[in-house]
Amino acid sequence: MLTNVTEIPVTQLHGEVWALKQQGYRLVTLTCCDLGDAHDILYHFDKDYTLKHLRLRLPRGESLPSITDLFFAAVLVENEIQDLFGVTVAGMVVDYKGRFLLSEGAPVAPLNKPIGIGIDIRAKAPVAEGGKAS
Amino acid sequence: MIRRNTIPFGPQHPVLPEPIQLRLVMEDEKIIEALPAIGYIHRGLEKIAEKKDFIQDVYLAERICGICSFMHSQNYCQGIESLMNLTVPDRGRYLRTIWAEIHRVHSHLLALGLLADSFGFENLFMQLWRTREIILDIMEQTAGGRVMLGTCCIGGVRKDISSAQATVVLRQLDQVQKECDEILPALLNDYSVKQRTVGVGVLPRDKAHELGAVGPVARASGIGMDYREQGYAAYPDLGFKKVVETAGDCYARTLVRVKEIAESIRMARLALEKAPQGPIAVPFKGNPTGEVLARIEQPRGELNFYIKGNGTRNLERFRVRTPTFANLPPLLHMLTGCQLADVPVIALSIDPCISCTER
Repeated sequence: MLTNVTEIPVTQLHGEVWALKQQGYRLVTLTCCDLGDAHDILYHFDKDYTLKHLRLRLPRGESLPSITDLFFAAVLVENEIQDLFGVTVAGMVVDYKGRFLLSEGAPVAPLNKPIGIGIDIRAKAPVAEGGKAS
Repeated sequence: MIRRNTIPFGPQHPVLPEPIQLRLVMEDEKIIEALPAIGYIHRGLEKIAEKKDFIQDVYLAERICGICSFMHSQNYCQGIESLMNLTVPDRGRYLRTIWAEIHRVHSHLLALGLLADSFGFENLFMQLWRTREIILDIMEQTAGGRVMLGTCCIGGVRKDISSAQATVVLRQLDQVQKECDEILPALLNDYSVKQRTVGVGVLPRDKAHELGAVGPVARASGIGMDYREQGYAAYPDLGFKKVVETAGDCYARTLVRVKEIAESIRMARLALEKAPQGPIAVPFKGNPTGEVLARIEQPRGELNFYIKGNGTRNLERFRVRTPTFANLPPLLHMLTGCQLADVPVIALSIDPCISCTER
């Protein structure tokens, strides 16, 4: 299970990432999930095999500040999120303008779910241990 | 006057087994900036995974890569097992380790062969790939497939290795070790090879950390990071020793892979001899709930799967971060300041897997 998760507002992103960089953390990757009315963005960091995650909720239509000025390693994954989820990432040091993975004529934001179908498991009570058959 | 030009390296290039374009900004023969362009083989596997049953996704995960396929399914299964609180039986853990380490040997031999081909040493390339055939034979005999094994399942493995098969595999591993002992010194000691690899494409330790390098790329730059140390599968019982070099150049990355082949053969042999008798898988009921970041050490480095289940048969999200994806920013740093003629060697020294990267 995902532990060591810190939920932060978008405005604190740079400060938190900078603090982790100063502590010697390595950026592992970012994960984006479509929650319907917002995007759930997870930043995964690692130090000596210990993971730390920053989580922010980005309402649809708002732009995500880039962390490529702090971690250049984020440049590819931020472009990927911009392509696949239609999230505008502001301030990337290399911006492929939505043409990193997708070409002209490709579906727009293909990993987004239709509005209203995205499910946020944080809002639901946990299911019995081991899961429950549907 | 120095002229500045942009040269597209790829997507079709004799040394590239898969399509990627490196846009190289040059001043005469010197690279001053490099940018990757991918998207030629993006398959949308993460989207397909949401449409399939989470049990079918084991086979989908295996098909992310055509080289280290087994370890993709292993990582996926480990992630689901973590969400469902399943404990894999001891024999299942050992069998996973055997197939994973055999896969690592095949992947490293493939990578070293391609590296030899990149600087024109075709004879060495053919010798290494001939030895790799023995590994593919082992996989065919034990699993039925030469690359796609399909043996990993949630809760353990689907197939056992009999004692008669184990005896044959041990003999074949002896043969692989013998051939490696004959061939690999040519890769490490040859004057021409050293001219092309020593001091070329240097990635210092601090840059490797800052740019998120993983696997042999990070270990060749002095970062002692190998997730097998954390003791998943049967590694805690096998006395795993990680390989670390410090020079950070193409030669160091080659040396790490050469040494890892010997370590993988040793661990595969030990696992075959020590594997306890008993069940190979544990049955399970229900669907995964919750989220996890599953990790495993692939031949190219740390593989990450973010898996989010919502209690139904379909996953809410399946995100894949492959090692080559993490090693592309370090590659751009290595290329800057190098000569155009060194690009094939440097690019292949990270052992790029573009199908993995694009998914």
